[in-house]
Amino acid sequence: MAFAPSKETYAGKVYSVTIGSSPQEIAFGGESVLPFHSFEGPTPHRPVIAYEIQDIPPSDWPEEVQKPYKDVSHDPAVWAKFCQDTLKARALALRLLGTHPDRENRSPEDAATTVRNVLDAVSIPLFILGSNHAEKDAPVLIAAAEAAKDRNCVIGKAQEANYKTIAAAAMANNHKLIAMSELDINLSKQLNILITQMGFEKERIITDPMCSALGYGLEYTYSVMERIRLAALTQNDATMQQPILGDVGMYVWKVKETQADEADVPQWGGLEERGVAWEAMTATALLMSGAELLIMRHPKAVAAVEKVIEELV
Amino acid sequence: MALTGVEIFKLLPKTNCKKCGFPTCLAFAMKLAQRQASLDSCPDVSEEAKQKLGEASAPPVRPIVLGAGEHAVKMGEETVLFRHDKRFVNPCAFALEIKDTLSEADILLRVKEALASEVDRVGQTLRIDAVALLNDSNDAGKFEAAAQLIAKEAPEIPVILCTADPQAAEAGAKLFADRKPVVYGVTAENAEGMVQVAKTYKATLGVSAKSLDELTGLTEKIKSLGVEDMVIDSGARKAKEILEHNTLIRRAAIKKNYKPLGYPVITFAQREDSLVESLIAGVGVAKYSSIVVLSSIEKWKNLALFTLRQNIYTDPQVPMQVEQKVYKIGEPSQESPLFITTNFSLTYFIVSGEIENSRVPGYLAVMDCEGLSVLTAWAAGKFTASKIAQFIKESEVGNTIKHRELIIPGYVAILSGALEDKLEGWKITVGPREANGIPAFLKTRAA
Repeated sequence: MAFAPSKETYAGKVYSVTIGSSPQEIAFGGESVLPFHSFEGPTPHRPVIAYEIQDIPPSDWPEEVQKPYKDVSHDPAVWAKFCQDTLKARALALRLLGTHPDRENRSPEDAATTVRNVLDAVSIPLFILGSNHAEKDAPVLIAAAEAAKDRNCVIGKAQEANYKTIAAAAMANNHKLIAMSELDINLSKQLNILITQMGFEKERIITDPMCSALGYGLEYTYSVMERIRLAALTQNDATMQQPILGDVGMYVWKVKETQADEADVPQWGGLEERGVAWEAMTATALLMSGAELLIMRHPKAVAAVEKVIEELV
Repeated sequence: MALTGVEIFKLLPKTNCKKCGFPTCLAFAMKLAQRQASLDSCPDVSEEAKQKLGEASAPPVRPIVLGAGEHAVKMGEETVLFRHDKRFVNPCAFALEIKDTLSEADILLRVKEALASEVDRVGQTLRIDAVALLNDSNDAGKFEAAAQLIAKEAPEIPVILCTADPQAAEAGAKLFADRKPVVYGVTAENAEGMVQVAKTYKATLGVSAKSLDELTGLTEKIKSLGVEDMVIDSGARKAKEILEHNTLIRRAAIKKNYKPLGYPVITFAQREDSLVESLIAGVGVAKYSSIVVLSSIEKWKNLALFTLRQNIYTDPQVPMQVEQKVYKIGEPSQESPLFITTNFSLTYFIVSGEIENSRVPGYLAVMDCEGLSVLTAWAAGKFTASKIAQFIKESEVGNTIKHRELIIPGYVAILSGALEDKLEGWKITVGPREANGIPAFLKTRAA
């Protein structure tokens, strides 16, 4: 008896979003099926991995992931160029961590200069991220968005506490916007609605339902992403059809498994392989559940995930 | 397709005799449809109905046990496509491949590696579940010799015997008779011989096909020859095919109750690059594989795979909890700060992670609030001043630290007054509302 596979038809579709400027622009999203289900519908674009860089040297990153950047991380522009030219990055994510009041408390003007320098050094698309300090991010991202005018960047992250200012800045300067809420599908939906009510186009939003590292709540992120995708596709919910971002690196390289010395935990294996595997496995799981965009740190983890994407498309 | 309550009702005696424990036959039928009752409770059901209902009420993915005793692994019995719909039931098993072309010493080394793979994580013991012996030599004698080594060295470990040669399969299977091995490598050509081996030694058959179509025909053939315990392989090797075939198999089983594909899936994930291999295995864990065969099991790889499996197979309806106790973070001294929070695992992970990040060693008292987060636990009356006070007293953390200061989450600042009343001699400090404020909070205190 021949097997007749049951193919699903989905009512909705994820928005296709283009970032960067020609000829280096890239598109993601656009699929009308569950992740990598190319056997039942079009998946026009492959997921994008952006390399994370910072405006200040990454002294708070574990040594294993500082190492690949030790000669370039003193200057964000040099660091960016290294990712683009040597690591063949498709996109970059610049985190303006130095603007955090508890860090260097850099001014919005300083942030704008950094953004400009990075943009002058590279031609690939850029994500511009604040320091995740809700109040400070507002003025910082206004200045940064202005400095990056007309480069079609991604600005983030807009949260419930500060979305109005940040969305306005992204809108005024023709950027895309990351909307982040905390691990809850309803909060995620609500924030997207609030932002579109300001007149911001829903097709220019990227949803960040908040990431968790493998072993540290990954199951929550996994299911929230999966449920967002199902709502977008099966219920044709236009407020859930934005591409999804997994900000993987910053959550992964905080956890014990990426830091504990092999001498203390011999049963866990080599520290470098362990850290890289932790980041790559987290990223792979999120791709399976619906992420179209990933922000990652270790070049070896990125390379391995790219190989898996290659096998999946 | 699974029968609806009304369809089941039509097959019942419709006497409303209540002997099944339900007020009416219809109520009983509804429970049957939800798989919350067993047909055995009805004393008057006809043989014909039994047969029809038995077939329909069998789990959509057949339950299979690999191995025996303490190391036995249960597979199948899955009922949903997405973990949030209910939960994934029987975690995917990991198997290490051992080629029979290896030297004796190398075979033993790999067996030892599998046996030594145990890791404890959040209260569970995780390990490589099985070994898969590959008949790469194409020599039945060599295969048997290698199987003998494994049977002698590690009689407890579940075994997957991979060979297309019924003679080699028999030589291997007899060493593990009654230990539920999988005999993998059944094709249209060798099916009769393999069925004989499975029947004689009570083995599960691993069906190996080159497409879903071929697989369907094969499982039906084997079932008609009298073996029902199977694991299936559609021939998918690339990640794209693994995802596609596994999805179509699970969908057919769950949504259509399609029996020819209602078996646990075995996935071969071997790659030259060990990291890529672990990620492909991860795809299998997330997407419906019941056994994943690996070419190597470095410790870092095991840890990542075990953890992913644990995450994916967590019951989403039960909040993950951590044990109630006072956790040390870093190497705290008698002067180190003491925090308190609830035992919702996510809360614990985030709070302990941020204390760790601050590089200030400390104590984190984690109180059993049935896995609720701080605000929810407070609202539910499980994280109250008197309960916290009682916990702090009973934990005897006071014997470990010299100071008498307890840092409570900012969201429950309202408790500080009542807590100072209940915890005599203690100073209650209100910490940040969000855990990510902890490093700054600790930094300010130090200054």
